[in-house]
Amino acid sequence: MLRIIRRIFASIFLIGITLLFLDFTGIISSYFSWMAKVQFLPAVMSANLIVIAVLIVSTLILGRVYCSVICPMGIMQDVISHWSGRIKKNRFSYSNEKRILRVIVLCIFIVMILCGIGSAVALLAPYSAYGRIVTNIVQPGYIAINNMLADWAEANNSFAFYRTDLWIKSVSALAVSIVTLITIGLLAWRHGRTYCNTICPVGTVLGYVAKFSFLKPIIDTSKCVNCGLCSKNCKASCINVKEHTIDYSRCVSCFNCIDKCNKRAISYRHAPKQKASIETVNQEKRNFLSMLGIMATSAIASAQEKTVDGGLAPIIDKKVIKRETPIVPAGSQSLRNFYQKCTGCQLCVSKCPNGVLRPSSELTNLLQPVMSYERGFCRPECTRCSQVCPAGAITPITRVEKSSTKIGTAVWNKELCLPLAEGVECGNCARKCPVGAIRMIPSDANDSESIRMPMVDSERCIGCGACENLCPVRPISAIHVEGIEVHRFN
Amino acid sequence: MDRRNFLKSIAMTSLAAVGCKENNGAGSPIVTNGNKKELGKMTYRTTPNTGDKVSLLGYGCMRWPTIQQNGKKVIDQEAVNRLVDYAIEHGVNYFDTSPAYCEGFSERAIGIALKRHPRNKFYIATKLSNFSPDQWSREASIKMYHNSFKELQVDYIDYMLLHGIGMGGMNAYNGRYIDNGILDFLLKEREAGRIRNLGFSYHGDIEVFDLLLSQNDKYHWDFVQIQLNYVDWLHAKAVNKRNTNGEYLYNELAKRNIPAVIMEPLLGGRLSRLVTFLQERLKQRRPDDSIASWAFRYAGSFPNVLTVLSGMTYMEHLQDNVATYSPLDPCTEEELALLEQTAQDMLKFPSIPCTNCQYCMPCPYGLNIPDIFAHYNNCINDDNMPTSSRDENYAEARRAFLVGYDRSVPKLRQADHCIGCKQCLYHCPQRIDIPKQMERINNYIEDLKQNRI
Repeated sequence: MLRIIRRIFASIFLIGITLLFLDFTGIISSYFSWMAKVQFLPAVMSANLIVIAVLIVSTLILGRVYCSVICPMGIMQDVISHWSGRIKKNRFSYSNEKRILRVIVLCIFIVMILCGIGSAVALLAPYSAYGRIVTNIVQPGYIAINNMLADWAEANNSFAFYRTDLWIKSVSALAVSIVTLITIGLLAWRHGRTYCNTICPVGTVLGYVAKFSFLKPIIDTSKCVNCGLCSKNCKASCINVKEHTIDYSRCVSCFNCIDKCNKRAISYRHAPKQKASIETVNQEKRNFLSMLGIMATSAIASAQEKTVDGGLAPIIDKKVIKRETPIVPAGSQSLRNFYQKCTGCQLCVSKCPNGVLRPSSELTNLLQPVMSYERGFCRPECTRCSQVCPAGAITPITRVEKSSTKIGTAVWNKELCLPLAEGVECGNCARKCPVGAIRMIPSDANDSESIRMPMVDSERCIGCGACENLCPVRPISAIHVEGIEVHRFN
Repeated sequence: MDRRNFLKSIAMTSLAAVGCKENNGAGSPIVTNGNKKELGKMTYRTTPNTGDKVSLLGYGCMRWPTIQQNGKKVIDQEAVNRLVDYAIEHGVNYFDTSPAYCEGFSERAIGIALKRHPRNKFYIATKLSNFSPDQWSREASIKMYHNSFKELQVDYIDYMLLHGIGMGGMNAYNGRYIDNGILDFLLKEREAGRIRNLGFSYHGDIEVFDLLLSQNDKYHWDFVQIQLNYVDWLHAKAVNKRNTNGEYLYNELAKRNIPAVIMEPLLGGRLSRLVTFLQERLKQRRPDDSIASWAFRYAGSFPNVLTVLSGMTYMEHLQDNVATYSPLDPCTEEELALLEQTAQDMLKFPSIPCTNCQYCMPCPYGLNIPDIFAHYNNCINDDNMPTSSRDENYAEARRAFLVGYDRSVPKLRQADHCIGCKQCLYHCPQRIDIPKQMERINNYIEDLKQNRI
């Protein structure tokens, strides 16, 4: 019964969060974005005390149900392990806790958070890893299906579906996601919850909290016949049949053992404090970290557009501009705040309708998002990333606030600019600037009839990138946006 | 001009009629618009100078069907052959092309198709399309002229036109035809019989039109090609104040007994895609007839019209038009008044008078100008133009407009990429202020996207 309840809740969370990441229309996020906000690490990063308190208290009462019901990475492993278990039954066995490894990883993790090494934090955090897998591996398929439906809808003159761009946002993020999926997937297939009980920093923290939980699965030695069925079906490998003990720091409260026991010897109840299981230190080290450490950081190769039609001028793709200072979304407050709090879950990336946000390829903040304007610009009416960010890296912001928040400054390149380089009348940047920060002025101070060139009012400019994106000069725009360290209200 | 005067002017012009014979006879029944219609004989008009018997339906070769080949759009020659065969079989004998049409491949396509028919079965019309200043030299112009013979695979040309005089004003006219002596050259070619009829097509600056007609005694124009339809007859200035009404153009020609070849009788198809209530009104009168047939009957009702050109891309359009003119059933006075009312009602809708002639293309900055206008106009006709967020169907109409926009025009070719360089401005025969319209459309789209209306 308990197991069925656990599975129902877990399914709801897994489906909800997965849809949250897959959806690019912004419709689902209004219903499911709370599911991202109750994730442990994002709550810690955004200092969401209520969520942290609820999660800690629930763990103190029920044990690590968070890992079984709320964490999408945990549920994903359960699903994999479930299918593996149908092929090979009774495949688990008790193993000792790898306490030193767990504690070391946790300590490193905390140090990295404190030092603001966001990319490393993003690499280890379970919810973020799951988000990356969905965004980088599953969402392209989802979009491809959507685009097929859109073609079908177009053929039927329906507006139910519309096409959206399918592009690889970052090769390195994709590579990391694939490596993560294969590694964790293989571990789950063969050993169940190994990742959760050796590497996952959230699992370690909640594990040591769960040791003191009010309700736990407890073995009734008077009923137990030492058949070992519970241990053979424990994906956390935490039931020691010989000793009749359970390592509660690793038990994820999945209740499989309760279901498996023929003698009803295990029950979920409160018990007077008893001795903890025997602790032995296993020196075996897994080279999990080093596996993940090998990563490609090659630059993004933007997909070629379809070949041009006969009567149309060819359009060269814009190149990704290398910026001195990265641009992060309005609501981030500052680069420091953004990169310190961001857990790299890619939720904002999967939500960006303008092709602006993508995982960074820079080593210092690998996997954390960064903005660029060659595919679109940060449109004035859109605040989706700020609405979904669970970690407080992008704080909620209204449309009005956004339109006056300065996140960067447009920089003009005189050598490339069309009026000066080719003598062609232009001014698209000035016409399309949503805040009127660009004016066209005569290029010759002594001749008011001379060809006009843009002048950027850098105080008024908010850095939205409309000018850069709509600049006719290709592949490098004659005007581009540089980020600023600290955002400010104009 | 009120309705009475308008009707009177039509009645008057019919007095100055060119000899026109109409043959009615039994023919094969064909199906158009789902209705079986007994097909009679094509209506023909005769030229005063050469006595050519020209079919009232002329084939415009500016909009040939295309197929994708190696990722490029190329003319579908097989379809062209089928269309031309059907046209000739049903009495169409006037084919109008230009070296500039269909990215320069129109002449070759019609040449191939017509080569399969006896030379005396058709009249071929082509033009000297030396628009670009680097083609203004005598050598380049004559080379273009000779190349037309090669592409069309003929040794004489029935109808030769100075192409689009008035575009670029007097300066371009002098540069293209006078200073380089090309007009004299063409007159000599006419004397030599390699050109059977010499004329010009007109768009743009009326000064040039007036000048050329005033010199008719010197040049003896055999025909002139003008734009005429029930909107342009009286309302050409609604598009651009510098445009000239069809009424003036037609009457100037009729006065001199110069036959008029009609282009844009359908305004690039816009007169076949009227807003719903205007369509209803026409269907109530003639339920079996297509909306387009009204525009063709209108143009054909003018007696001094030699032939009405239609750029028929699809067989069903060709069949419909053949049916309309086999034979012509001229508009009654009441019908002419109704079409004038239709024109007035159309002008109340802010659609853009683009005829998809592609003269503005390719835009150097990659825009697909005609497709942007087409989407905008279609949305007007389909009533998908939300004007206020309080509209009942605002959400659906907004979605249909924006999603449809991305479907019709790739993002990088949309109106927001127009930089206002104005290079297109002088190419538009309808004199649409393209950069201004692009800005207007883009502002409207921004309003929709930002929910500002």
